[in-house]
Amino acid sequence: MAVGTEYLAEQPRLRTSAIVLGAVAIAALLAAPFFFYPVLLMSILCFALFACAFNLLIGYVGLLSFGHAAFFGGAAYFTAHAAKVWEWEPLAAILLGVAGAAVMGLVMGFLAIRRQGIYFAMITLALSQMFAFICLQVPFTHGEDGIQGVPRGYLLGIVDLNQPLAMYYLTLAIFLFGFFAIWRIVHSPFGNILKAIRENERRAISLGYRVDRYKLGAFVMSAALAGLAGSTKAIVFQFATLTDVQWQMSGEVILMTLLGGIGTLVGPIVGASLVIALQNYLAASDFPVLVLIGIIFVICVLLFRRGIVGEILELMKRRSKGAA
Amino acid sequence: MSTIFGIPTPALYGQILIGLINGSFYAMLSLGLAVIFGLLRVINFAHGAQYMLGAFAAYLLLNWLGINYWLALVLAPLVVGVIAVVIERTMLSRLYGIDPLYGLLLTFGLALILEGAFRYWFGAAGQPYAAPSQLSGGVNLGFMYLPIYRGWVVIASLVICIGTWLLIEKTRLGAYLRAATENATLVQAFGVNVPLLLTLTYGLGAALAALAGVLAAPIYQVSPLMGSNLIIIVFAVVVVGGMGSILGAIVTGYVLGVLEGLTKVFYPEASSIVIFVVMAIVLLVRPAGLFGREE
Repeated sequence: MAVGTEYLAEQPRLRTSAIVLGAVAIAALLAAPFFFYPVLLMSILCFALFACAFNLLIGYVGLLSFGHAAFFGGAAYFTAHAAKVWEWEPLAAILLGVAGAAVMGLVMGFLAIRRQGIYFAMITLALSQMFAFICLQVPFTHGEDGIQGVPRGYLLGIVDLNQPLAMYYLTLAIFLFGFFAIWRIVHSPFGNILKAIRENERRAISLGYRVDRYKLGAFVMSAALAGLAGSTKAIVFQFATLTDVQWQMSGEVILMTLLGGIGTLVGPIVGASLVIALQNYLAASDFPVLVLIGIIFVICVLLFRRGIVGEILELMKRRSKGAA
Repeated sequence: MSTIFGIPTPALYGQILIGLINGSFYAMLSLGLAVIFGLLRVINFAHGAQYMLGAFAAYLLLNWLGINYWLALVLAPLVVGVIAVVIERTMLSRLYGIDPLYGLLLTFGLALILEGAFRYWFGAAGQPYAAPSQLSGGVNLGFMYLPIYRGWVVIASLVICIGTWLLIEKTRLGAYLRAATENATLVQAFGVNVPLLLTLTYGLGAALAALAGVLAAPIYQVSPLMGSNLIIIVFAVVVVGGMGSILGAIVTGYVLGVLEGLTKVFYPEASSIVIFVVMAIVLLVRPAGLFGREE
């Protein structure tokens, strides 16, 4: 269900402009906290990374996970607990969250890849719901209250993360690290095999690839990166609650990716920015956000399944074909 | 007081009854999902919302128009069925032939719209809906006290499930339906109006969900969240049963409901996750589901 993402790589002229665009974007991100509210920016960065991690699975392996909230919210809980109760250094707490999400990804992925397509979606949804129930009951998550008042602490014992700028640049660094990791995965031989599985699983099997191992590997990576986003969010916002593990969150990340463009590298970032900005804008009004999210879902599915970035890429492709 | 494994028997029977009731709803909803999936290849995520819509239709019919439970039992599924037909004609039918995941995403969006709208109008809290006077009260069965309405729900759901199964397995319409599930193009070539069949199937599935919603209204409170809480469990039920068989969906629904009830007695902490644990075990042992076929 993805769009031709290799398109950019095929066109040297576009590739240079992509690099220039990337540099401009990074410069803009570095300057952004001087113009915008840093907390909103950090929220966008966390969710953009979450959506990119989710997109790794749907866009490049063709697996729709309806349970990514478990990794995002689960990692947030682990990190919050480590930072607050064990008083770990923030980066170590984040790494623990990532490791926890990876282990959960291994378990959930092992079960879910036994079925394909629509069943995969239902199984991941059910397993994440089970995790949400567990989070409601086990003592360390503090049930409905969640873990509140998580200290941001000192990065490596030196940098005070209570300063908004320090926190922002750490979040940005984590986001760029995650995005680069995904870019590397997608453009590696491993990533090419994933795309082969997406395009024709049976053929990939007949070519001798152990498809299940690749799928599981991608699932664990996606879970770990989603966990990275959740852990960072826990440090930024200083809490971890049930909201992050519930199915609505899985739905939200699907929407961000769908809106931006499934299978495009930057699509999820665009989608996440729009959805978070919209939620932020609507927070003051009493308009039901859920209804709006539902409407965007319906419109995306019916009218532009490629997403915003996907449609733009398609347009550029058609235009350059027309010129040739 | 007599006990089994140290559990007082009335508590045990009580939980088995609750399990049977929950199982009735699992069975009715997974049946509808299976029927829709069989023909349309769409997982109807809006199934929970349509169930909630059925309950709200009964509630609103009573409070706005004074229409009683018995009429609501007919009218609510009809209304929801018609809405579903419109949805299928205007939206779902555009997605046939492309990746079935889009059908899931579309119905997910619809579910969010419905849930969000009802939450906006009625709040998240539940609204009570009284059982009809004919079915209120209870009888003492000697070994336990049975509220009549709960007995009625178990019997009604059995009748609905068996009725639907007979409709699909024993009637001409059902034969068309099964044939179209196997090979829609061929059935169309024989002159059967397959698009109409698809529309009717979606309407029927949604009406079944709404009927379950009306039955549920007096037991659980009528709340905008009642559907989404249930639908995920029903998904697990469907994965356990496998969607290849209508009868399989029904049996799995009841069995898992009772199992959940029993867990509440013996190990209450696990009762909310037991169905998911069963799903995980089934996936390990028999990935296609208990009654499913490998595709």
